[in-house]
Amino acid sequence: MEQGASELMSLTANGSADTGTDAVVREVAAAHRGERGPLMEVLHDVQERLGWVSRESVQAIAAALNLSVAEVHGVVSFYHDFRTEPPAAHRVALCRGEACQSVGAEALYDATRARAGSLGAGVDVGEVFCLGNCALGPSGMLDGRLHGRLSTERLDALTEGWR
Amino acid sequence: MAPTMRVFVPGDASAVSVGADEVAVAFEAAGAQVVRNGSRGMLWLEPLVELDTDGGRVGYANVTPDDVAAVLAGEATGIGVVDEHPWLTSQRRVSFARVGVVDPTSVADYEAHGGWVGLRRALSLSPAEVVEEVTDSGLRGRGGAGFPAGVKWKTVLEAASDLKFVACNFDEGDSGTFADRMVAEGDPFTLIEGMTIAAHAVGASEGYVYVRSEYPHAIAALRRAIEAAYTHGYLGQDILGSGLTFDLHVRVGAGAYICGEESSMLESLEGRRGEVRAKPPIRAIKRLWGRPTAVNNVLTLCAVPMILADGGAAYAELGTGRSRGTQVFQLAGNIKQGGIVELPFGVPLRELVDEYSGGTLSGRPIRAAQIGGPLGAYVPETGFDVAMDYEALAESGAMLGHGGIVVFDETVDMARMARFAMEFCSIESCGKCTPCRVGSTRGVETIDRIRAGQDVAANLVLLDDLCDTMTKGSLCAMGGLTPMPVQSAIKHFPEDFDTQEIEQSGAPV
Repeated sequence: MEQGASELMSLTANGSADTGTDAVVREVAAAHRGERGPLMEVLHDVQERLGWVSRESVQAIAAALNLSVAEVHGVVSFYHDFRTEPPAAHRVALCRGEACQSVGAEALYDATRARAGSLGAGVDVGEVFCLGNCALGPSGMLDGRLHGRLSTERLDALTEGWR
Repeated sequence: MAPTMRVFVPGDASAVSVGADEVAVAFEAAGAQVVRNGSRGMLWLEPLVELDTDGGRVGYANVTPDDVAAVLAGEATGIGVVDEHPWLTSQRRVSFARVGVVDPTSVADYEAHGGWVGLRRALSLSPAEVVEEVTDSGLRGRGGAGFPAGVKWKTVLEAASDLKFVACNFDEGDSGTFADRMVAEGDPFTLIEGMTIAAHAVGASEGYVYVRSEYPHAIAALRRAIEAAYTHGYLGQDILGSGLTFDLHVRVGAGAYICGEESSMLESLEGRRGEVRAKPPIRAIKRLWGRPTAVNNVLTLCAVPMILADGGAAYAELGTGRSRGTQVFQLAGNIKQGGIVELPFGVPLRELVDEYSGGTLSGRPIRAAQIGGPLGAYVPETGFDVAMDYEALAESGAMLGHGGIVVFDETVDMARMARFAMEFCSIESCGKCTPCRVGSTRGVETIDRIRAGQDVAANLVLLDDLCDTMTKGSLCAMGGLTPMPVQSAIKHFPEDFDTQEIEQSGAPV
């Protein structure tokens, strides 16, 4: 925490960020009004807009959809996609499915995790199980974009702008 | 360049994964008219660009932006007319007849290639007659279970309710499978037509497509196609003046393999944790939001328009025994030529691998193939003569699943693959039943001990016992079938579990 005037500013910033969460959740919930069982859709949209699903978002979503906080938390914690922490600056998700393993995905995954820092600051390297690109593996998503025939060299080239 | 050249640059995710978007941009910049078609399924050739000529669509393989000028000038070396490519002409494309051919955003193009004929005929028939046609075709669920689609639909049709649903299971999570994705991206109107026919057949007014979040291209393609179908009167109220009302929605999963399991998918569709439901209540009657629901896989629904257009008997003429029609095989893994091979059921695995795969990508000999996804068996190369249909595979201790074939070369460590099967189950188990939730973790630990050479014989017995418990005691196929890859690996490749032999060979344990 910073001190003095900047503390005041950050409080204001936090305050408006909280209002922001509420406003975003209200907007998203309104967009899905009338849909059957919209929780997953709402969570996707909130994460899309805010980058992650915070505790505040969980509470706001529960209130907006007339669900208990426990129900919403239960769904958030069940699915791999929902992030409960702010996202990294850049995300690499490498496929560890069998088809990608048959062309060296495990070695690529281990090596990339070990050298995540060399791809750029704040790069998160995670796993995914099958991107449906099984004939052109190893596959991965880089900031949400699908790439096939990945190798250490190709990852370096594709992430050049991150450094 | 005198007249505007028309080029096809696949917008399929696999093509995009190796640079198709950049190629499409380059063609547009060069003044060409670009159609983003689906992929022909010859994935090793992607980006496979096709140039529209008087003599047919001429293909250019592995095109990069640097090749664009040469392709347009007619100076690049092509692969000839794509429709005449032997990899395609030797197949029997039914479900994939239009994929890669049509513009997936155009309702009119779909119609020009035989689209909506099945729906028009279905709407002229009574729901019971449509169900009968599907029953006569012998169509079985393509998600893996192989349950007769007509029987399922009949149950839903006969269930009285003021509200019924059609749900499409598009949670294609099995490694080595991508046919659902490719058909949804390349020919999405077929799925819409199939679901609309299903709605008429069972008396449903709402439909849901549950798509996994790992498929952003397919989600976009489907949403675009659904919007176009509404605009042209193929969805919504009073479809084609028949009085049928059918609304179709796309719902997106959130990275949970288990949601491909039917009851888990329904939970997720309802906005809950994707935990498996115990049965009863009876399948099909009390399903989505407690209402009668026809749940089918993408390829099952995509076979329906053709069945209604040409009649169930025409479809039933293809295939073998109780496996009627065609199967969309997906060749993947360590091979030179991966992609879609659609053939009548019963083709030997060896024929698929020898004639289509072009050998391993690494150039090393083939050792094994896993058929039917992460829950499917590992088949040794010596067992490749098995016929690819539901019954023959089941008899040999394997399963067809969703038709994915993942090839491994001789460097594969089968004990490691067995461990991965258990690890995958431990990560993706929904946690509802103990054999799956706890058994998978114990399985990883036991295989670790075997691989470390600790009491190998005793631990193999323990592992076998654990597999037996998981097979018999799990609520669904996740825990129930995880033993299949594990036990098939041990059965066919015992040398990989015998650490003494590994130590003697000098390989790292």
